[in-house]
Amino acid sequence: MSISITNVSKSYKDVKALQNITFDVKPGELFGLIGPDGAGKTTLFRILTTLLLADEGIATVAGFDVLKDYKTIRNSVGYMPGKFSLYQDLTVEENLNFFATIFGTTIEENYDLIKDIYIQIEPFKNRRAGKLSGGMKQKLALSCALIHKPKVLFLDEPTTGVDPVSRKEFWDMLKRLQKHGITILVSTPYMDEAALCDRIALIQNGKILEIDTPEEIVKHYPKTIFNVSANNMYQLIKSLKVYEHLYSIYPFGEFVHYSDKREKFNSDDLKHYLETQNLSDIQINQTQPTIEDTFMELAK
Amino acid sequence: MNNKNVIEVENLTKTFGDFTAVNAISFEVRKGEIFGFLGANGAGKTTAMKMLIGISNPTSGKANVAGFDVFTDADNIKRNIGYMSQKFALYDDLTVKENITFFGGIYGLSRARIKEKANALISELGLQEVTNQLVGSLPLGWKQKLAFSVSLIHDPKIVFLDEPTGGVDPITRRQFWEMIYKASYQGTTVFVTTHYMDEAEYCDRVSIMVNGKIEALDTPKKLKEQFNVATMNDVFLKLARSPSPTLPKGKGVNTDKDYNHEKKSSPLGS
Repeated sequence: MSISITNVSKSYKDVKALQNITFDVKPGELFGLIGPDGAGKTTLFRILTTLLLADEGIATVAGFDVLKDYKTIRNSVGYMPGKFSLYQDLTVEENLNFFATIFGTTIEENYDLIKDIYIQIEPFKNRRAGKLSGGMKQKLALSCALIHKPKVLFLDEPTTGVDPVSRKEFWDMLKRLQKHGITILVSTPYMDEAALCDRIALIQNGKILEIDTPEEIVKHYPKTIFNVSANNMYQLIKSLKVYEHLYSIYPFGEFVHYSDKREKFNSDDLKHYLETQNLSDIQINQTQPTIEDTFMELAK
Repeated sequence: MNNKNVIEVENLTKTFGDFTAVNAISFEVRKGEIFGFLGANGAGKTTAMKMLIGISNPTSGKANVAGFDVFTDADNIKRNIGYMSQKFALYDDLTVKENITFFGGIYGLSRARIKEKANALISELGLQEVTNQLVGSLPLGWKQKLAFSVSLIHDPKIVFLDEPTGGVDPITRRQFWEMIYKASYQGTTVFVTTHYMDEAEYCDRVSIMVNGKIEALDTPKKLKEQFNVATMNDVFLKLARSPSPTLPKGKGVNTDKDYNHEKKSSPLGS
């Protein structure tokens, strides 16, 4: 196993940041840690990168124990923290050279690994890192995390606050890195990114809700989901919330996702009810659950 | 100004040196509308929003917000709008109640009115248990819901929300949007930016900025038809993909021959 975590717990005073976390990440896997702010994602990353001690439990990274072999781990992993942590006063090239030197290597030695990414920021290699745009900072940080050809790459919320275009480009890069045999543990609050991982762990309030492939996770949703729309979204939500057969209702884009308590759901009943609530243009169609539906169901 | 419009913008432009951050944008926002203001990082959204809320002087063009001119009446704009962002909304070192009282005071509400508003707001959000706790100790989702309520404390005509739901869990994110629907239903105009494309679908109309210009503006339904795609995410990818501010000239899909990356990306930072 590239990463092995067994019963890891961590508390800050009264706050249980992580509770009995157990999972493995296989070599070469792209594994996603999916959960909102405060779920415990960063705490877990810091434990695995040997920057924080767990209260309980065992963890190994690339076969090394996070306690006993912390020095070896630091040499064999790449870590891109959520907060931009490069030297703002050094230029793009100076930052990259600095990290290469620290790890006893050179930019040339592992250039093939970062080429795809670095080539995009190379025109600005003499610009100070602090003056880069968000998207470019992210690419530089990834280049620096890769410069020593790590076995395992830790990416803590690399796409938070990043627009959908740059997010897509970033995930394309991760897919290419995976082909070099690097194991990647990545965290994100964006549920749509979960579908791009080989396996995911849904995490909230320090607990793992579920671990599986994205395809399997959505199969665990216990109900049939319907897309419902009408002429007024606010009224529709209000009316559905007090409907006697309601199981759950969540806005999803132009529709709401509705599921019913009954075994046999009759859409005419619901349509009739909504009409009595003065709604019009009512549409009810069955749809497939998403990872977000599953997450909300588990987090309820 | 048309009395149905609460925002009217015509050829609004902002330049920093020889860089044009906002390039002659024009649009209107109607009363009670939920208006989504989208764009890639660095497209000029924040600069445009700063002009609309009266904290940055436009270089040229016209803009009227809540009945006031951005050039001559910026202070009145600030009094008549609400604003919240992901980065700054409330004071972490003040309690829930203190924050409400503080912002009520800033907007000139009477003590009696503040008390009334505070009680209504606290009970509506179910914050009775934590009124005397520091805001910094609350979960992010609660903070954001509280911040939104506080931004409405002076009953503004328009509320500006700058990425209000970043990092918030999916359930709270939806509760937040239900609050937006409610505000809109009660006649408040909501001007919102987001990177969640499912949230773009919740808006009545959406504009998409690319390199300082508004390249598309319509209902989510019509935009999807226009670009012949199934989701707003795909609309966004089609529009904002080229020329991307994160791709240097001649690389990837950037096909704009006149596009000077060095200039474009410098003043805005991230």
